[in-house]
Amino acid sequence: MESTTSVPVWKQVWERLGVLGAVIIVVLAGILVFYVRDPQVTTAVLSSTLRQSTPLILGALCGLIGERAGIINIGIEGQMLLAAFTGFLANVYIGQLGIFPLGVTLFLAAFVGVLTGALLGLLLAFMSVTLKMDQIIGGTVINILAIGLTGYFYIAGLTTQGKLQPISLGPLVDIPLIGPVFFNNPPITYITLLLVVIVHYVLFYTRWGLRTRAVGEYPSAADTVGINVYFMRYANTTIAGGIAGLAGVFLTLEAVGSFERLMTNGRGFVALAVMIFGKWTPFGAWGAALLFGLATAMQTQLQFTGNLAIPHQFIGMLPYLLTIVVLAGFVGRSRPPAAEGIPYETE
Amino acid sequence: MKNIDAPIVLETKGMTKRFPGVLANDRISLTLRKGEILALLGENGAGKSTLMNMIYGLYHPDEGELWIKGEHVKLQGPGDAITRGVGMVHQHFQLVPVMTVAENVMLGAEITRGFHLDQRGAIRQVKELSKQYGLEVDPTAVIDDLPVGTQQRVEIIKALYRNADILILDEPTAVLTPQEANELFRIMRDLTAQGVSIIFITHKLKEVLAVSDRIGVLRGGQYVGTADPQTATEASLAELMVGRKVILQVDKSKAQPGQPMLQVEELVVEDERGQTAVAGLSLEVRTGEILGVAGVQGNGQREFVEALTGLRPVKGGRALIGGTDITHAAPRIVTELGVAHIPEDREKHGLVMPYSIADNMVLNRYYQKPYANGIILNQEKIDQDGKALVQEFDIRAPSEHTPASNLSGGNKQKVIVAREFSRETRLLIANQPTRGIDVGSIEFIHNQIIAQRDNGVAVLLVSAELDEVLGLADRVAVMFDGRIVKTLPIAEATRERVGLLMAGSEA
Repeated sequence: MESTTSVPVWKQVWERLGVLGAVIIVVLAGILVFYVRDPQVTTAVLSSTLRQSTPLILGALCGLIGERAGIINIGIEGQMLLAAFTGFLANVYIGQLGIFPLGVTLFLAAFVGVLTGALLGLLLAFMSVTLKMDQIIGGTVINILAIGLTGYFYIAGLTTQGKLQPISLGPLVDIPLIGPVFFNNPPITYITLLLVVIVHYVLFYTRWGLRTRAVGEYPSAADTVGINVYFMRYANTTIAGGIAGLAGVFLTLEAVGSFERLMTNGRGFVALAVMIFGKWTPFGAWGAALLFGLATAMQTQLQFTGNLAIPHQFIGMLPYLLTIVVLAGFVGRSRPPAAEGIPYETE
Repeated sequence: MKNIDAPIVLETKGMTKRFPGVLANDRISLTLRKGEILALLGENGAGKSTLMNMIYGLYHPDEGELWIKGEHVKLQGPGDAITRGVGMVHQHFQLVPVMTVAENVMLGAEITRGFHLDQRGAIRQVKELSKQYGLEVDPTAVIDDLPVGTQQRVEIIKALYRNADILILDEPTAVLTPQEANELFRIMRDLTAQGVSIIFITHKLKEVLAVSDRIGVLRGGQYVGTADPQTATEASLAELMVGRKVILQVDKSKAQPGQPMLQVEELVVEDERGQTAVAGLSLEVRTGEILGVAGVQGNGQREFVEALTGLRPVKGGRALIGGTDITHAAPRIVTELGVAHIPEDREKHGLVMPYSIADNMVLNRYYQKPYANGIILNQEKIDQDGKALVQEFDIRAPSEHTPASNLSGGNKQKVIVAREFSRETRLLIANQPTRGIDVGSIEFIHNQIIAQRDNGVAVLLVSAELDEVLGLADRVAVMFDGRIVKTLPIAEATRERVGLLMAGSEA
């Protein structure tokens, strides 16, 4: 307390704010400045930010639910990829039957994708909980499986029967900047924002969440009060897999409209970085994903506008460079759940 | 003994449990009456924990019956035991470190309103329980920030919250200071006065006599006898427990101190979190004497010993061994100066668990002749010497090829002692050398330490067991808050005086 006089004001402000607060303020200020100068491009970049961040948030949610329960999931990439593929194929073949309206077709296809992700989650749980395999190996198995299956069954030239279209939320869209960015999006983007809130609530304010975190932090404490550690791990990993599946479905049915080999393009791994940057919390992951999304969107925009003296490859590096800088420097003190990666044995 | 006519709340009839190659519990029958404290005494490996785990539903008995409150029960898991009013405080606390007291208490039996966890309700209940039974604790505190004594209270509240009226306390005093242990005994008496029945597992004889109403003794998986604390003595209990006469008092001649061997001046060391753990500590140990460092755990002892042995960087001050400055020396340099080290955590710093006993025996000299020739290990010589040490130090193991992980705590400690003492030594640094091991092994290790002293080795003994320090040391240094607050000759070091110094009050 007696030191208040000797510490300069900027330092006090800095300590209050922290690095994170400073970054947020700089970013928000930057957005405002750009919006005043060029509203159209700014809105486009921000919309793109949200689109780019959606699969990252979903992937990160999948990762953090698993790790909160004690299962490290590095197979998110594979879960996304295979789900993107099955969702896509389901869409194409159900569409060809021609018996359902487009909306139903898309919904069923999305369901197939989510189910695929969940099944891969179940597989991961089986490997890590029942077989007590090394979880990194288990995740790698899923990644390789997904690459192999999608590569083998890949059919060139197919396109989806329609895409998930933006749903505008009435008058909210007319709010400048925020309206078009947040309130005129296709369904999975909305679902993602909802999921952030739901996962946060479930993890920190419900019985399920308390038990999940106990199982990930100190499983024997949960076991001795009668909580089934294996069940909690199975259930969480499977549900999380479904969320990763939704990220895959987003890529084929909402963003692109077709399937390409390896189209997840490392998003499952960036999602893990996002999860860590977000300190294993849903809102943290959301913020981190938006930052990465922004970097990607700006990178694309800069390449569009061209006339820069820097080779475009360097601009393309921007999001990845950000990953390294953020993980190496700005994460600060964060701590993963204590029991993650360790198979639980009751003796 | 009180309430001989009180109803029986728990009874085991011929309970038997086999593990591969071991008969852990052999037809054990015992009874627990309402409102009594039954002490269950036995060495490590006597089968106390196995029996309790069966009563708590963690293990299923191979034979025999368990009766709780007049009902023959077959427990499928801890949940079954909990619903029948059995609560257990494990030796290793079963608390989630990052969660609050209230969250830990309600975990598994949560109070909710709809989906929503009712934190306030849980906090209120914890407050009520802590008031009713005199268990002081802040329900909103995070477990990680609490001292072990308080964590133990949380465990007891956890059991009471589940309406437990049969409480099993597994080695509850192993981590407590004498003062904290006394507080626990007061709590135990309060609980029994309110109708709770307690099974108290321990291997400490003093405590058994101090607090229990009745004493049951286990040895080698069998129930070998019941004793009355009014008539039993420490010696009679020890004999019952070990199966032979045990000398509890360490027999030693007067020390013949010589030159200073270890000199520590104003040492400053930080812990993992960058907090100052050792704050300007100074002491001196001479050849042929044992300096006992007494202190409550967590007053910087671990950091101090790790700094001396080169495992932790030193921030200030200096340390000399035989005149050589080792303040910033690597562990191997320290070892080669003739320092033997018995680390606090034998499984983490003392042994490589999957390695054989023989390989563990050469961890401090494997690279020297005759165990190595250049880059090639001489396995034959390693095994041969390992075998000799196994015999010499009476390590109970099938062979020298047995992995360290298969040994009991006492035998693990003996492997470390064998390795450290079978070499030319000038200074012995022993941190908690007998923690959690059986009476027979304690006796053996204490005698070995005295023998080293009589050979002219300087001994620095760090221990949270006050009896151990007072029994072995020639001088007692009391450590508090990272400093030595007082050094006393053993003649002046009474239990009371040292206990007060340990608690930080100047005596």
